[in-house]
Amino acid sequence: MAKHRALKVIRPPALIHGNAAIARGAIAAGCRFFAGYPITPATEIAEIMSREMPRHGGTFIQMEDEIASMGAIVGASLAGVKAMTATSGPGFCLMQEILGFAYATETPCVVVNVMRGGPSTGLPTRPSQSDVMLSRWGAHGNHASIVLAVSSVEDCFHVTLKAFNFSEKFRTPVILLSDEVVAHTRAIFSPPEDDCLSVINRVRPSVPPEWYIPYENTARGVPPMAVFGDGYRHNVTGLVHDVRGFPTEQKEEVRTFYERIHRKIDLNREEIELFESFFLDDADICLIAYGSASMAALESVHLARKVNLKVGLLKLTTLFPFPSKPVEEVLNRSRIVIVPEMNFGQIVQEVKNLGVCQTRIIPMNRYDGHMFTPSEILQKIREVY
Amino acid sequence: MQESTHLIHQYLRHDKKFPHLWCPGCGNGIVLGALIRAIHHLGCSKNEIALVSGIGCSSRMPTYVDFNTLHTVHGRALTFATGIKLANPALKVIAIMGDGDAMAIGGNHFIHAARRNIDITALIMNNSIYGMTGGQSSPTTPFGSVSATAPYTQIERPFQVAEMAIASGASYVARGTVYHARKLIGLIEQAIRKPGFSVVEIITHCHVQFGKYNQMGSHIDMLKWQKSHAVPAEKAGSLSDEALKDKFTIGVLANRDFPIFDQEYEKIRQAAMQAQP
Repeated sequence: MAKHRALKVIRPPALIHGNAAIARGAIAAGCRFFAGYPITPATEIAEIMSREMPRHGGTFIQMEDEIASMGAIVGASLAGVKAMTATSGPGFCLMQEILGFAYATETPCVVVNVMRGGPSTGLPTRPSQSDVMLSRWGAHGNHASIVLAVSSVEDCFHVTLKAFNFSEKFRTPVILLSDEVVAHTRAIFSPPEDDCLSVINRVRPSVPPEWYIPYENTARGVPPMAVFGDGYRHNVTGLVHDVRGFPTEQKEEVRTFYERIHRKIDLNREEIELFESFFLDDADICLIAYGSASMAALESVHLARKVNLKVGLLKLTTLFPFPSKPVEEVLNRSRIVIVPEMNFGQIVQEVKNLGVCQTRIIPMNRYDGHMFTPSEILQKIREVY
Repeated sequence: MQESTHLIHQYLRHDKKFPHLWCPGCGNGIVLGALIRAIHHLGCSKNEIALVSGIGCSSRMPTYVDFNTLHTVHGRALTFATGIKLANPALKVIAIMGDGDAMAIGGNHFIHAARRNIDITALIMNNSIYGMTGGQSSPTTPFGSVSATAPYTQIERPFQVAEMAIASGASYVARGTVYHARKLIGLIEQAIRKPGFSVVEIITHCHVQFGKYNQMGSHIDMLKWQKSHAVPAEKAGSLSDEALKDKFTIGVLANRDFPIFDQEYEKIRQAAMQAQP
């Protein structure tokens, strides 16, 4: 087992960009394996990890493509090391099959998608939020997903840490959505002391190997995870498997498998659904936003409040499982809800799907490769107020 | 027989729902037998073996044996194997693939694993066909033969698996057949022992698909074909081109020393960790 070492270094505040903060968050979370392939606008994460991984006793490898990167991180995680890859749209598309394998085998890992315009090569150096539904539904077959979105340097650090914690706790891949604006916007960042951070590690089996049931149908739905080399010698397969990890087509066993990998996420929605509220108490109009759009939205709320417009913001960090409870509250309370997104309307569909009350839900979409500005959101608020 | 019984008890999984899915007469069982004997000869603990496979008939092998076993997705076994080896270098990582798995969908990973010369043993069972899906052409289907997707004959030339591994930089490359079962044990044993990327191409038969399409007879006939077409590598040098026509060499084809990725990385890791204040 590669030796892991926690570095005790003095960390002064630094001016860093979002990609660097993701790398730092991953290291703080205990990530000690990174496999990747160069792609704009995510490349800096790989560059930083190539420098930092060996210093922390970990491993960096540049693979031959994104498929290989995804395979390598799943392999590393199965061997007991926390692992991550980072990419953008085209690479993220290539990762979908092995991402599905990670869902099926319940292998913890973190996949960062720094979103750029698409489809295809699209707008490599321009921001977008058009991979939201791809992140939820990209891998074929029935699976529950955890998808988190980051909006600032501060977010990049802390939400990356959360992503690792969720992946370890619930034995699932976690998708971290950033975008080109978040990736390359710099801010002063003061790294917290390691002692202040809560880091979760997967639960390992405590029973003797002959008693171990690798995919046991427990109430919580997350069985302890043995890793290769620790003496448990279990079988891992992407075929639908029984509780012992062997392929099955028995309908009872198949149903049990699918229900458990959904249940373990569903039962923990409250813990997984991360969001922040700004000025919602008396808000007449509410913005629902995520990623870099939520930064512009927050500024527009400040501007609106200055001219006595009762506007609030619900900033979503967790996109999936979709935080329906806070969104429903907002829908029940507000006259109008505006959903600014850098796409043709993806999260707004989830908002509409809740189907509550008579609140007007207004999509606000940008897909010209440029970020939202606070003034244009304010203008929209004024139009509908 | 006594030895076989002992090995079966020691290495096959007893909680697995046997029987296996291979057709009667398939060569995959001979390969599994050779692999188990090689590991047994090496005296490895079952805990230190990670057996990784892709998708296809041959890739079902790991499920049956009592090691750390991983049955991955089509073509990508070597990418998972790479992650496992680097995360836990103490493991002996063995990747099992078929010719379609390793040479078509996984061809890129194969040449890059060889180029990196990472300490993984790759066993490629070459039966010249996609067996599981019903006999379609693979990248090793011979020119002029017939398959379910080449009903008018195959017009593409086949990859030479072992030669490709040599050209791509693998430390150790050998070719064996399931007919030469005893020799195969030794080749696999050497491959596992050799540090760096080791490849054993194993010529096997699919009488149910390839044999049927090409009138090659029963599995016995196809084993005889292996016997009559295999030339020991050490003898090939003294034979004329005419004598070697339609033949293939077996034995150790390359055994050399190149920098090994995991060892080189460990040097970087040690230096980087010491450089810290």
